[in-house]
Amino acid sequence: MSIGIEHYLTVAAMLFVIGIFGIFLNRKNIIVILMSIELMLLAVNINMVAFSSYMGDLAGQIFTLFILTVAAAEAAIGLAILVVFYRNRGSIDVSDVNVMKG
Amino acid sequence: MVIATLAFYLFSAVAVVAGLMVVLSRNPVHAVLWLILTFFSAAGLFVILGAEFVAMLLVIVYVGAVAVLFLFVVMMLDVDFTELKSGMSKYVRIGSLIGLVILVELVIATSAWVVADSAPDMRAAITPALDEMENTVAIGSILYTQYVYLFQAAGLVLLVAMIGAIVLTMRHRKDVKRQDIVGQIYRDADKAVEMKDVKPGQGL
Repeated sequence: MSIGIEHYLTVAAMLFVIGIFGIFLNRKNIIVILMSIELMLLAVNINMVAFSSYMGDLAGQIFTLFILTVAAAEAAIGLAILVVFYRNRGSIDVSDVNVMKG
Repeated sequence: MVIATLAFYLFSAVAVVAGLMVVLSRNPVHAVLWLILTFFSAAGLFVILGAEFVAMLLVIVYVGAVAVLFLFVVMMLDVDFTELKSGMSKYVRIGSLIGLVILVELVIATSAWVVADSAPDMRAAITPALDEMENTVAIGSILYTQYVYLFQAAGLVLLVAMIGAIVLTMRHRKDVKRQDIVGQIYRDADKAVEMKDVKPGQGL
């Protein structure tokens, strides 16, 4: 039995759902929420590379690079905001984020 | 072929289990380490797919930079993580329900996959044959020509992220002595030392 594109799409779907599940499960902990977002972006990358490989189109791998770039930038900014927030509040509880009255 | 199949199942199983451990583990340091394992397994999947360059990039960028950044932040902040975990069981049921629904939908959507007849003609950048050009060379040959503006824009995104992170986290503390190069150079010995005429037996 050979591995088709559906197998990769299923793995990516599972990782994506784990990311969503993680956001639900760790609603208080921003660090784990950021890690869950990274998992979801990884699932998107797996989809991109799987399609790129099975369709013979290199553009998917190029766009994987850009997703990787945006994910790295997002992690850096998110963690910087987290550090500033912790410095001001002494906690990283999401329910404490109410300075902007949102 | 059998080895590739076995490797696929091995890597995907490890990726999914490690991903679950990321969201379930109580200690965030362990969560980061599980995240690193997930990234390594995904890199293995990419190698099986023939995308070696992206696989190595995943290891370098994610494991080498992003995960280590997470590790630094987790270890830097002195947070009581057990307290943050307290409301966890409240959301398990609704979270797994929604996750299950989305997973079933995604699997239904992707399990019966048919490629349209016109799809191969619509490819943006056709992958060259492997004996003609290897993966990294092929990516380089179109990344710097066809996608050069996007490539520069990605660099700009990283620059903005770097400046933003520095601006956000830098602070000037008043109670810490800093170097003042100009002030130190223009320091005058005559002003630095002051002669006091102390009367005998009195002190300052």
